Amino acid sequence: MSEVFALPDVGEGLTEAEIVSWKVTAGQDVAVDQVLVEIETAKSLVELPSPWEGTVLDLLVDEGRTVEVGTPLIVIGDSSEAPGNVPDPGYTGGADQASRASARSGDNQDGKAGSHQQAVEGADSPGTQALVGSGPKADPVLRRRRKPRQATEVQPPTPAPEPAAPAAPSAGRPSLGEGIADLISRTRLGQSGSERGPWWNTKRQDAASGAKATTTEAPAADAADVPRRPALAKPPVRKVAKEMGIDLADVAGTGDSGQVTKRDLLAYAAHLREIPDGPDSFWVSGNAPGAGDRTQRIPVKGVRKLTAQNMVKSAFSAPHVSIFVDVDASRTMEFVKRLKEADYFDGVKVTPLLILAKAIIWATARNPQVNATWTDSEIIIKRYMNLGIAAATPRGLMVPNIKDAQDMSLRELAVALDDLTKTARAGKTQPGDMQNGTISITNIGSLGIDIGTPIINPGEVAIVAFGTIKQKPWVVDGEIIPRWITTLGGSFDHRVVDGDLSARFMADVAKILEEPALLLD
Amino acid sequence: MTPTPNTSPQLLDPHDARATAGTGAHPATVESALDVVRLLDENGQRCENSRFGPWVEDVDVQTVQSLYRSMFRARRLDEMCTALQRQGQIVLWPPLRGQEAAQVGSARAVGEHDYVFPSYREHAVILERGVPADQMMTQFRGHAASSWKPSETKTHIYSLVLGSQVPHAVGYAMGITQDATLAQLAGESQPPEAAVLVYYGDGASTEGEVHESMVFAASYDAPVVFFVQNNQWAISVPFSTQSRVPLATRAAGYGFEGVRVDGNDPLAVLAVTRWAVAEAREGRGPVMIEAETFRLGAHTTADDPTKYRRTDEEQRWATRDPLLRTKALLNHEYGVDQDYFTDLEAETDAWIKETRAGILDGGPQDLEQRFDVVYAAQHPLVEEERQWYRDYQDSFLTDGADQSLAGSDDHSVTEAGRA
Repeated sequence: MSEVFALPDVGEGLTEAEIVSWKVTAGQDVAVDQVLVEIETAKSLVELPSPWEGTVLDLLVDEGRTVEVGTPLIVIGDSSEAPGNVPDPGYTGGADQASRASARSGDNQDGKAGSHQQAVEGADSPGTQALVGSGPKADPVLRRRRKPRQATEVQPPTPAPEPAAPAAPSAGRPSLGEGIADLISRTRLGQSGSERGPWWNTKRQDAASGAKATTTEAPAADAADVPRRPALAKPPVRKVAKEMGIDLADVAGTGDSGQVTKRDLLAYAAHLREIPDGPDSFWVSGNAPGAGDRTQRIPVKGVRKLTAQNMVKSAFSAPHVSIFVDVDASRTMEFVKRLKEADYFDGVKVTPLLILAKAIIWATARNPQVNATWTDSEIIIKRYMNLGIAAATPRGLMVPNIKDAQDMSLRELAVALDDLTKTARAGKTQPGDMQNGTISITNIGSLGIDIGTPIINPGEVAIVAFGTIKQKPWVVDGEIIPRWITTLGGSFDHRVVDGDLSARFMADVAKILEEPALLLD
Repeated sequence: MTPTPNTSPQLLDPHDARATAGTGAHPATVESALDVVRLLDENGQRCENSRFGPWVEDVDVQTVQSLYRSMFRARRLDEMCTALQRQGQIVLWPPLRGQEAAQVGSARAVGEHDYVFPSYREHAVILERGVPADQMMTQFRGHAASSWKPSETKTHIYSLVLGSQVPHAVGYAMGITQDATLAQLAGESQPPEAAVLVYYGDGASTEGEVHESMVFAASYDAPVVFFVQNNQWAISVPFSTQSRVPLATRAAGYGFEGVRVDGNDPLAVLAVTRWAVAEAREGRGPVMIEAETFRLGAHTTADDPTKYRRTDEEQRWATRDPLLRTKALLNHEYGVDQDYFTDLEAETDAWIKETRAGILDGGPQDLEQRFDVVYAAQHPLVEEERQWYRDYQDSFLTDGADQSLAGSDDHSVTEAGRA
């Protein structure tokens, strides 16, 4: 007889831990509370003591692996059972070596671990064992069978739409999550009091009859509107999902009671990333003839190498301070629309980026220190502007700049912007176009991105990221109305630009986007 | 549990909490006029104290042995519970290691009519109050909302909300006084004199309600003893950040006496608490006791102290271990030999083994028990809900599938929505 010790949650709501080092080896005798293994959680290094006295029969996870709570770690049993000749303890769901190997690798996500309190008898253990040994109690949630419903005097006035019938769970795994989801959905459906059974019903007898009439109508009206099933997940998983912008209800959970595990989430995120990658031909099957090395190696050179060097240089030499501001750009959108219609701008491409460029020139004149270069001995403020525009080109990221942008009229600037982007897209940007920039814009909004933290172009001290412009509910004079909203992000080299100055500069840029007429000043 | 010693260089900025951690050396610290009461030094040698010495004159070798035994058992239980948490059997465990003398010494001073309000780390106190160790663990197992009945133990339930037990304790103490007044007015015999002993920590001492409690206690002459175990760390915040003065000196501001005592000296703690409880019972309270001790372990099993405190501070306090000190006293003064300690170890091993089995045997409480503790007396609404719950339970087939009470209890909620 042997027992399997599964990774418990040693903190509060931890989902996984790394196996740092084993303190025992197979064949070794262990005493109760003797340290078996050292693990590292998100919180700390922790030693796990043995729950049992016996002989170590097998270590199931290699050092250095990160495994989820509930993963079987070690088999402890009678010394009579020689290591390597262990009857399958049941947690792999089968006795064959292949599945054992998969359990050992830590990739077995079936989580069919015996609760570690549960003695595992051998290969023919029933499939109804507890799911995982996480937490103090891993009792299976058993679905009890109800007595046949008896007709009572309180019948629903209309036949209640039977909610997602708790069809006998095929895997013998009634999910608590489903139950909760049902409860919530039923509550939302606004059932009539009588459907809730005699106890709730009596509570509601005194309720105004008017209210009762409305509640009895509710089920029919709402029946079609099936509420989404709330997802179960631990807080760290929720946090990551929120950061990724993923609705956990979209993710299929494989954890206890249908919980979404971190692995589920990552798999789903990877799946999302794959979708645009499209072509089936991208994947190479392991069985494909001549598959060999299935990785793709891209030499780091050229623009990629330069970008990497510049970004590392900038990010690690210039202390970045980043600030963000939401802007109501409705007037900018209106302005752009009018410019497009104006004869004077015939044949010239006009975009909100043009107004932003103009806004930056205007704001820089009022806050000149953002248009500067840092050397260790002095700050060189440029009394001219070579306005850089970050552009994705076939050769990679480039930041060509518009020379002497400060001297340009709106139309000239529009033409220069158009030329710059066309040249860049054609991959024809010349080295000279990228030199001597003084300040930059990165237009991430064109890809539908709200905002990001830009990294300053080396040799400069400021960069403005332009988020996407879209209609959002906005409060104007106490009323919510749809407005064109964008977010501006600015990163500044704190050696030159302090928080106060960066805030003034960004506020000035925002001011122009909110009211382009100020440019007439 | 501290594989990586924290030996980060000593910080020089005196305003950085970590620089003054454990030294009490905030640059603006006001020198306290209060001496620390100590009856045993760090080597277990007696110290003279004319004021408090007489309070433990009756203590003989049996008493000291008994104190030591309680402290030893508490420590072993603490170690086992930490291990059980690592094995997934306990949800969370706040270790008491290092605070055994403060707890056992003070709990021994409480009389049969007195009432105790613990915080959540007072495991040695709870054992002294007669709660069996395996029963004590049901709350930490998530099997019960509280592990003992206050009505049976004269010990309030553990308060996991920091400092919340302090106003409760003061209210209870005010009630003792009012009961006495009412009895007097009615010409009835006086209830026995009683006091309340409330435990909290240096961290809770910063909570607003603790301060309010002291104002109320003073205003109403409440027979309450505030027993603060200053274990130097409020999770990761060192005491030097909590207060620039010893906490006992704060009592003067509220208008009652505060005493500093060496919290790792069981005799001093016993003496001071005996005196304080007597003061409170006789209407000269309230009193505050600050027991200066040290949490040798983590705040809870979800905490890693190596991230915020230096190993040398832990090592400094390890030499002041209350068990070492008491053992030295037994050795030197009373000539207790190694046999006693060997026997105690064997006895404790057996007790621990038995307790462990008891802890693991226990299961979650039946939900129906909850209906008994909603109100002191029967209540028609509760009875109605209890009946509903019974009807609901009876609606299942009894085919032996009902194995897991907790699971089905939770589940019952979902079933109710479906019914």
